[in-house]
Amino acid sequence: MSSSSKWEAVIGLEVHVQVRTRTKMFCGCVNQYGDAQNTHLCPVCLGLPGSLPVPNEEAIRKTILSGLMLGCQIAPVARFDRKNYFYPDMPKNYQISQYDDPLCAGGGVTLDPFLFPKEIQETEEAKAGRKIRLVRIHLEEDVAKSFHFEDRSGIDFNRAGTPLMEIVSEADLRTPGEAFSFLGSLRQILLAGNVSDADMEKGQMRCDVNVSVRPFGQKEYGTKVELKNLNSISGVRRALTYEIARQIAACEKGEAIAHETRRWDDEAGATFTMRTKEKAHDYRYFPEPDLLPVRTDQGLLESARTLVPELPSGLQTRLIRDFGVTPYQASVLTADRILCGYYEKAAAGTKNKALVANWILNDFLSTQPDPTTTPVRPEYFGELADLVAGGAINSAQAKKVFTELMAHPTSPKDLVKKLGLEQISDTSALSAYCDEAIAANPRSVEDYKAGKMNAINALKGFVMKKSQGKANPAQVDEILRTKLSS
Amino acid sequence: MSLAHESIASLRRRLAAKEIHSRDIVQDLLQQIDAREKTIHAYTHLDREAALAAAEKSDPSLPLGGIPIAIKDNLNVLGDPCTCASKILEGYKAPYDATAIARLRQAGAVFLGRTNMDEFAMGSSTENSALGITRNPWDSTRIPGGSSGGSAAAVGGRIALAALGSDTGGSIRQPAALCGCVGLKPTYGRISRYGLVAFASSLDQIGPLTRTVEDSALLLSALAGHDPRDNTTDLRKPESFLAKPDGSVKGLRVGIPKEYFIPGMDTETEAAVRQSAEWFKKNGATLVDVSLPHTPSAIAVYYILATAEASANLARFDGVRYGRRATDPRDVLDLYHRTRSEGFGPEVKRRIILGTFVLSAGYTDAYYRQAQKVRGLIRQDFENAFASCDLLLTPTSPEPAFKLGDRTQDPLKMYLADVFTISVNLAGNPAVSLPCGFTKSNLPIGLQLIGPRFGEEKILQAGHSYEQAHDWHQRLPPA
Repeated sequence: MSSSSKWEAVIGLEVHVQVRTRTKMFCGCVNQYGDAQNTHLCPVCLGLPGSLPVPNEEAIRKTILSGLMLGCQIAPVARFDRKNYFYPDMPKNYQISQYDDPLCAGGGVTLDPFLFPKEIQETEEAKAGRKIRLVRIHLEEDVAKSFHFEDRSGIDFNRAGTPLMEIVSEADLRTPGEAFSFLGSLRQILLAGNVSDADMEKGQMRCDVNVSVRPFGQKEYGTKVELKNLNSISGVRRALTYEIARQIAACEKGEAIAHETRRWDDEAGATFTMRTKEKAHDYRYFPEPDLLPVRTDQGLLESARTLVPELPSGLQTRLIRDFGVTPYQASVLTADRILCGYYEKAAAGTKNKALVANWILNDFLSTQPDPTTTPVRPEYFGELADLVAGGAINSAQAKKVFTELMAHPTSPKDLVKKLGLEQISDTSALSAYCDEAIAANPRSVEDYKAGKMNAINALKGFVMKKSQGKANPAQVDEILRTKLSS
Repeated sequence: MSLAHESIASLRRRLAAKEIHSRDIVQDLLQQIDAREKTIHAYTHLDREAALAAAEKSDPSLPLGGIPIAIKDNLNVLGDPCTCASKILEGYKAPYDATAIARLRQAGAVFLGRTNMDEFAMGSSTENSALGITRNPWDSTRIPGGSSGGSAAAVGGRIALAALGSDTGGSIRQPAALCGCVGLKPTYGRISRYGLVAFASSLDQIGPLTRTVEDSALLLSALAGHDPRDNTTDLRKPESFLAKPDGSVKGLRVGIPKEYFIPGMDTETEAAVRQSAEWFKKNGATLVDVSLPHTPSAIAVYYILATAEASANLARFDGVRYGRRATDPRDVLDLYHRTRSEGFGPEVKRRIILGTFVLSAGYTDAYYRQAQKVRGLIRQDFENAFASCDLLLTPTSPEPAFKLGDRTQDPLKMYLADVFTISVNLAGNPAVSLPCGFTKSNLPIGLQLIGPRFGEEKILQAGHSYEQAHDWHQRLPPA
């Protein structure tokens, strides 16, 4: 037993998610990422003297929707508060946030086994499907973005005032892999609800991690360390793997863990002390006097309910049950709702739905990465699958048709003709092939007549070879049997 | 007679009849300003050309077409300075119109100039201005009141027809009383605060300072109403606040709160206010004794809640984006420290520190939260009182204008100047102050009428009736 297995990590996440809305949280400026700096500004999001915030109903509704998707209780009356601290990227030097009465409380995220890192998807840890509880979800405004140059700094206020949800988990996570799956699973749900693109690399989803270690079986938590500067889901996993090992090593040497904030350096693959937390910051929260309490029970909650989509877990179950895809395929399709929609259309008309899933997830994606712009109509897949199922072409031929379909998207039936793969169904031609086969294979004929019914396959193979695979197998079978029984 | 001495209502009639032009009014006002502003110093900024040009283009068919109005220097008027009488906003030009300003503009008003105030509206004497003191037009050795002291002195001194002020704890009513004009603090939520530089967001209201109650109602009609930019504005539609211009006070139940007649208050003030109560009685109103038992806590509650909100509201003045910026800062903390140390005056600093303290961990329960609870009780006091009366009659200020410099060393004594006005802000009710007499030394005395929430019509109607029967408002300050 290795020494590290005596230790257990305790992990809690605070996830900030930018809510995708038409306008910013408290003003009418466009909420858009990536435009020229300082172009989406007004007195409100610049915090000019005299300006006042007006809450964005769409952002509130999407936060409630997130709460509904995550099984939270929705507060009938929620309130905004001011969180006071000075920072140049904070226009008012207070952030409008929620403290005592957040929009959502409780709820949880079930860890999707297929959203664990690939190499551990088969482990018990991944398959356990644990549910990680949430403490709360509240809504606030994002700050501006600072840029540091050699001797000065600049601020882009386009981001200031972007609606931002803070989703706080309980300290229920135990491994870096679980944290990885938590973020992935949460992201899937938010994508499904069209709440956010939740792309960590674009800063649409940001994550602070709290982690401590303790000996297995111990109830008390160890000293908590906060990790910052985590810019991807895999970065969170790497940082946790490093930090947990660091803490365990320190504990085993009998060193105390400092209560501090550490910065993850992705290149160095290590965490470094940012600041110690001897004195907790006093944010001096108090109710935001410029905003009325938010009543969710007067229509907002109802309108959010109508937006609840099919959740990833439900969709996976349905794909496995009704489409016969593998759990892995179901998870891939669930992760990409656009691709999934394309697949559902493609498979709608055929019984051979699993075959369509194979084509789309393997060969299609490598040549046509964007299902929204592809010229390949989804119905073509169903048509092709039916051609195979009906025996019109065999799987080798189907592959040829598929390749052609990707290059020149048109009806597979036409492609079969174009490629000269259409079967010979002309009875006289087939009859001639069959006569030839009987004449050339007296041994097989003898065997068949002696009761070895399988012997007919050799004759069929002969016909297929002679016809370059174009003979209609069903017809050939029938003709041969008639001829042999006479 | 100079047009500067007339009321808006009367000038409106003459403008509509084309007897006079807006430029005549502005010119007469500028003449008065030339004569008196040097002494009074009501204005922080005056653009004569711009005012004349706007008058020239004005449209007399609009509700306030061609009427010049002075604006307190904490309201954003596009392109104007908006200093809040603070060094920290030196050089700042407003990039947008406050909603109140936009509404006046729409009603055809002409903007005359910016009026002096206590820095960020914190004070009761206008002595906390970084742009110099303002003197009382009735006695230049005395303060005009505050924080809207410039607006009140301009209107009382006949160098403005009307002005906008803001009232957080009495900042319209107290200076109006001390300068002999009419000052209205509307119900919280009646007028949009968008564009008013916030002092204490849950208490601030914009309101008019005018010569007459009728003018007050006229301005209120133009200013009132829901604004999508201010979440706290009420949805009800603005009304005519003076539906019966010659109504009587017969049958009116006038509440006299015992807590508003206190030992130590100025005897002439008390006598004048009691005499006004008698007038109401003589004219058919009933006087009702009422009690607002939590009144003694009001000042303490106010200085906790107002400063707490102010500590956050004023955090944005940091030198990063606008206004004054400390030169050659070492780093961002140095920039904050020096910008704010150099930019804010002592009273503003005192209140920011107090507000920061009452919100601090370990103290917020004892101060901020406790004060919120008592605020609820004060609000309840008013609701209880209005169960037995239609309006309350009180003095506006416990004394007439005091001497310049008298209180500047004693902030607590200065805070007492608002003892009769503060509760109204805490409760959110409307109140108007109007002239009700003069002391022997010819200083104006103010009468305060407090209404139930959204009961502006009641107090304006009653105030108008009182005003019609008296001529206090027609008295001119010494030349």
